[in-house]
Amino acid sequence: MASSQPIKSPMGSQSQNQRSSQQGLKYPSNGKTIYHRPLNRSRTQELSQASFAYLFGEMVSYAQKRVTGIQDLEKRLNNQGHPIGLKLLDLLLYREPARSQTRPLHIIALLQFITTTLWRHLFSRPADALEKSSNPDTPEEYMISDNEPLVNQYISVPKEMNQLNCAAYVAGIVEGCCDGAGFPAKVTAHSVGKGEEGELWPGKTVFLVKFQDEVVEREAFLGR
Amino acid sequence: MEQLCDNSLGWSVVSQNKMVVYALIIINKAGGLVYQRDFAEGLNKLSINDYLVLAGTFHGIHAISTRLNPLLPNDTPSTTSRPLPPSGIEVLETENFRLQCFQTLTGTKFLLFTEPQQPNIENIMGMIYGLYADYVMKNPFYSLEMPVRCEGWERRLVREVRAVNSR
Repeated sequence: MASSQPIKSPMGSQSQNQRSSQQGLKYPSNGKTIYHRPLNRSRTQELSQASFAYLFGEMVSYAQKRVTGIQDLEKRLNNQGHPIGLKLLDLLLYREPARSQTRPLHIIALLQFITTTLWRHLFSRPADALEKSSNPDTPEEYMISDNEPLVNQYISVPKEMNQLNCAAYVAGIVEGCCDGAGFPAKVTAHSVGKGEEGELWPGKTVFLVKFQDEVVEREAFLGR
Repeated sequence: MEQLCDNSLGWSVVSQNKMVVYALIIINKAGGLVYQRDFAEGLNKLSINDYLVLAGTFHGIHAISTRLNPLLPNDTPSTTSRPLPPSGIEVLETENFRLQCFQTLTGTKFLLFTEPQQPNIENIMGMIYGLYADYVMKNPFYSLEMPVRCEGWERRLVREVRAVNSR
């Protein structure tokens, strides 16, 4: 081992030099970057669920490092999703037909955009339900349910962390979308499956969308 | 019509007319037991310690059996393709049950205990391996080589094997 090291180390440093000389932005040889691609080419673009599952698994493990608790972990997943929501709002509105290319102006319109267009884009199916809180004390709360979130498909949360729902990442996307549309909100993901045997949807998740007070106030003002 | 027979190993088996998958054992690449589950009546329950010994012993015998593998006469080492590693023990049969062993490329072993005449064991094994690859290996909360405790895997495995057993 010792004799091979002096031979190896100059080679190692050489390759490192080469690498550092190539650092910076990389351009493909034909000069076409991702920015040259048309934004509308979307219909048939699907990704492998397995590769997404591995990537998302690593994202969860990454978020799990140096966290103090489950809420902290969910916050991190939420933060990872937030910028995606912001950007998807722009992209998906741009892809809408020209007539409906406007930003949603009402809570319902926004949530419908999220549960249909955004959900279809991300998971190729609409969300399973959209409900308004029936409690008169919390008019700012809405619920989006997904019977089987795609991000949770292969994830089994251990018993000692049973409050965790990794769909917090999707909640972050929804939150980013709401924020970007000018409806600041807090979105959290909650598992509602009871863990009973033979349950139809053991992974059912409810995304609780809690708009800020001024949004509800504005909505009431606009509603007249 | 059920009959109870004991053999010298201490396994007692209730033989039924239906073909059934009795149990599944998963052994990690170090020979440790990471998963054990019974699906149907038919095998005696062992203590958890005995299962650990069974897993470790089988792992050892399997490793030695790979070295018994005879070389083929025209087996010259080729530089372009690597030959498949010797498979070791694949099937172990007793009068009352059959033990099918499937080793993955990474050295994890799946042992399936079935009735001796169970058809399509390869397919069942492939299905179990698929479930393992999906619901155990893609789970960020599973640490490699550790005991498998994944609720999603458990749920689907039981459902699929139950479907096989009731066929």
